[in-house]
Amino acid sequence: MGKVAIIGVGQSAFVRRYDGSIRELAFEGFREALKDANLSVNDIDASIICSAPEYDKQRSPAGVFAEYLGLTPKPTFYLESLCSSSSMGLRVAYSMVKSGLHDIVAVIGFQKMSELTSSESQERMGRGADIQWESPFGTMMPAYYAMYAKAHMEKYGTTLEDLALVRIKSSVYGQINEKAVYRKPVSMDMFSDPENPLSGPVSSPLRVGDCCANADGSSCIVVASEEKAKAISDKPVWILGVGAASESVNLATRDLFTGLRVAREAARQAYEMAGIGPKDVDVAEVHDCFTIAEIMAYEDLGFAEPGEGKELIRSKETYKEGSIPVNVDGGLLSKGHPIGATGGSQIRTIVLQLRGEAGPMQVKDPEIGLVHNIGGVGLYGNVTILGR
Amino acid sequence: MAKQKKELDVRFKKFGSVSFTATTKVNDFIDYLEKGKVMGTRCKNCGKRYFPPRADCFQCLSSEMEWFEVEGNGKLITYSKLQYAPVGFEKDLPYYIALLDYGDYKVFGRISPDVPEEEIKIGMDMKTVVRSLPNGQLSYAFVKSE
Repeated sequence: MGKVAIIGVGQSAFVRRYDGSIRELAFEGFREALKDANLSVNDIDASIICSAPEYDKQRSPAGVFAEYLGLTPKPTFYLESLCSSSSMGLRVAYSMVKSGLHDIVAVIGFQKMSELTSSESQERMGRGADIQWESPFGTMMPAYYAMYAKAHMEKYGTTLEDLALVRIKSSVYGQINEKAVYRKPVSMDMFSDPENPLSGPVSSPLRVGDCCANADGSSCIVVASEEKAKAISDKPVWILGVGAASESVNLATRDLFTGLRVAREAARQAYEMAGIGPKDVDVAEVHDCFTIAEIMAYEDLGFAEPGEGKELIRSKETYKEGSIPVNVDGGLLSKGHPIGATGGSQIRTIVLQLRGEAGPMQVKDPEIGLVHNIGGVGLYGNVTILGR
Repeated sequence: MAKQKKELDVRFKKFGSVSFTATTKVNDFIDYLEKGKVMGTRCKNCGKRYFPPRADCFQCLSSEMEWFEVEGNGKLITYSKLQYAPVGFEKDLPYYIALLDYGDYKVFGRISPDVPEEEIKIGMDMKTVVRSLPNGQLSYAFVKSE
């Protein structure tokens, strides 16, 4: 059976508030991907619509998008795994193409979070955790990741300054990514200045500057069979490995609090499938929903030993010029995190990097890229490895 | 004769500051809270212990469960102090969420507000105690072990 390629990528600008409907938002990423692939809508054999539910009044958005994007009568369906929805969508598209069921599949991720207030949104996201046994205590995403941060700092000596360094790196690239929400420089002083909003406490030890922002956005990835890809595209990027894993929703039934088991398991699968190891990765996108999440990702993906993640950020090895560039598009911390669109945006960044089309963010001549996309608090994990 | 409609058992609405669940097969958890006990379940068939309590054992597929009490000391694994809250919990701020390790099982919950901040340390021994909340709800919290 043949290989599977990505032949088109697109995303809308990620913004704090998109002044349009969800179908119009989805169109933006879709149009860019079709133009990138040099395809028309008639070439798409099926579509997968990915987001986290409960943000929209519209039930079952797949049918609405099929109409607005002109995808009828081709099959379409909705898929969710919270923040990793569009990476999970890519995995399913991969299997649909690999099986021969379809030749070309569009994976469309979107989220319009601005219809809710920030605290309503936190409440919805908190219900992505265990609503029976944990939400009654008043949980939310930053608080869960804060518990991981606390445990990591206690066990390994990771510091608040290390967390801030992740945000500072993010801002270097956020400033040059025209699709990012947060494009201002960030300095260590901002974290120590009580007057600065970034230093404000959210859930200890995490501060405002440690957290990514809600955003509205869409993304689209066009997946094709080897035969089609070679016929249509002069720069296909091949899907070399797709790993995916799940974890207990309740923290009480987990064993690891200094890393994410889903990331370790999904990475193991993806490396094995691609026949490579962490040292072979030239550029990576990791799910930095919070600063601590990026440091744990370094360790969970094998870029650093457990506890040594802080050394990578201190030595700037994850900057563009370093040995393993990570999130050189600004990551979730600077781009913003429109949940269902995020995985597609990460995949887009790696595809552009492998094609040498990442502009000012371009890493020198990468051959293999990796995407680490996490749903919930390490509830779902997807690791995808791409190559030229 | 008209059929008598079975009354819905919504005891679980009483759990925590705000409950998002009304019906569950482990509703007796609430009755135990009312008696001052925090309980988990143990599978009668294979002996596996569960906290939070479950009605079904995934290990041996049995639904024959018995209750056991969460007692003695647990070790504080990790915690966080919230200074921003989701909708419905603002009046509780600031508050701590935390995780205790009892060896066979773990318990997720809040640290009691009467534990001074400077005394909270990872690895410390804590106990899980039932708390009645001002709004009539029932919960549990972690306090320092004597």
